[in-house]
Amino acid sequence: MDTQARYHSVRLEKELCKGCTNCLMHCPTEAIRVRKGRAHILDERCIDCGECIRICNYHAKIAATDSLEMLKRFRYTVALPAPSLYGQFRSVTDVGVILAGLKKLGFDDVFEVARGADVVSRAISDRMRDPTLPRPIISSACPTVVRLIQVRFPDLLPNILDIRQPMEVAAEIARSEFCSKHSCAPEDVGVFFITPCPAKMTAIRSPLGQSRSAVDGAISMMEIYSLLRPLISHIQKDETPEGTSTAYGIGWATSSGETKSIFQENALSVDGIQNCIRVLEEIENNKLSDLTFFEGNACVGGCVGGPLTFENNYVAKNTIRKLVSNSLLRSPQTPRDRVPPSTLNKYPVRMEFEIEPHSVMKLDDDISVAMQKMQRMNEIIDSLPGYDCGSCGSPTCRAFAEDIVLGYANEMECIHKLKDRLQNMAEQMVELAQTKR
Amino acid sequence: MSTLLHAEYPVDAEDYTRAGEASADIKRKLKQLGVSAQVLRRVAVASYEVELNLVIHSMGGTLTLEVSPERVRLISADRGPGIPNVELAMREGWSTANETARSLGFGAGMGLPNMKRNADEFDIESEVGRGTTIRMGFLLG
Repeated sequence: MDTQARYHSVRLEKELCKGCTNCLMHCPTEAIRVRKGRAHILDERCIDCGECIRICNYHAKIAATDSLEMLKRFRYTVALPAPSLYGQFRSVTDVGVILAGLKKLGFDDVFEVARGADVVSRAISDRMRDPTLPRPIISSACPTVVRLIQVRFPDLLPNILDIRQPMEVAAEIARSEFCSKHSCAPEDVGVFFITPCPAKMTAIRSPLGQSRSAVDGAISMMEIYSLLRPLISHIQKDETPEGTSTAYGIGWATSSGETKSIFQENALSVDGIQNCIRVLEEIENNKLSDLTFFEGNACVGGCVGGPLTFENNYVAKNTIRKLVSNSLLRSPQTPRDRVPPSTLNKYPVRMEFEIEPHSVMKLDDDISVAMQKMQRMNEIIDSLPGYDCGSCGSPTCRAFAEDIVLGYANEMECIHKLKDRLQNMAEQMVELAQTKR
Repeated sequence: MSTLLHAEYPVDAEDYTRAGEASADIKRKLKQLGVSAQVLRRVAVASYEVELNLVIHSMGGTLTLEVSPERVRLISADRGPGIPNVELAMREGWSTANETARSLGFGAGMGLPNMKRNADEFDIESEVGRGTTIRMGFLLG
């Protein structure tokens, strides 16, 4: 395993961790181990999905995001609200109210990521005309799904679309438009994404398919929500700017929004990380060979279900649905009509390089050694009870066997094996005592 | 050329609840062995097809995985019924899948052609009343 430290937004608050097995059992990439009474996140396996944040009863798992203090480092600041932010306010029927609220919080300007999504939608539908791309084309929008593929489905990496995330495209346009409007230098402008999830924060610090993110920081949607909520009801009609995105761009906040925006007939929109894994397995088996597009969202409901959102994801989904249907009539139907080609040519929308595999499942670099380790692993698995109880600190008996083979654990950490051994010893002692008598 | 890894998976006829489990395990093993993404994908497709063939068409059988540093081998051996005309069965679009299988989305007649296309070595032997054996090889490195 490589030792290079990777940036992760998902972290552990050591003092709060009780060393229970909740997060251990729910991690989709088996990236958590409990050792010496507390959880440890294995850097190279973590995909920042935030499932552990949701499941931890002690709030020991957190998502690190940037503080609002960071805004002070820039002469000007622009807020990039993810469309999922609109789903947090049930009473709001006009996106402009939220945009005005963000300005009241001190941002000099606001640029909707939904508009970035409109640009990306056009880029995707143009790109999909290329018949040489392997089908199904896999959306690159959810960074957790992309990282999941890196670690668990490296053979599907060629299927990932080489288009940047809406957040990135929005940041490029936002900065450029702000600078020309206010005649200032690009470095004077801080562009901040309001994020529903830790994965986007990680994608800013350690970008996928590009060397540097155009976003300067990410503020937690939960934090913005708490500040915005008291302001929203006081915003006057004349203060609200016109929304610049289309219904299709806003729809990206929920699962299937992306698919609807690019009009793909034979597409699957899958939400929830375990569901994504199931479908990716089938894609890997070529079982879904007639599929043209796969949109996977790690969170249930899509981005509205992100670990940093406040509102129940079903309620948020309904709010988004209403906003979408309100603006559907004035939204041009085809992706081409929503965004002029000049925008596509002016801003970078394609990734700079291919996304590399990140094979953390490998037992050894040398296949012969790996086979020996696997042999040994199988022997250990046969000797374990198969309860998958997590008491040893590994998520399953199989993962425990793997940890033993890799030298991270030892067999007597299995309490069932230990119990058997003690029982044996006790029996032997009784025998010994009896023979003496 | 020594086989260092050998695993056997019994596959029952018409057992759709377990269908795909053997190929999923094969996939996991190959990922752990660090088999390249390109080979992995081809084995994934072929092993799934061959496992499903055992479920849909055979009277049950065994799928065997053998890995050496040079190649991955998949051997499917069933207890019957055997294929009367192998040449016909190898044609794209030819299928004898029953209604249950078709209702589950199988039976497009691509199984055997897909296996042949994805494997580097492919061999099929069949005798009516005895059974079918399919051997596939995938070269590593």
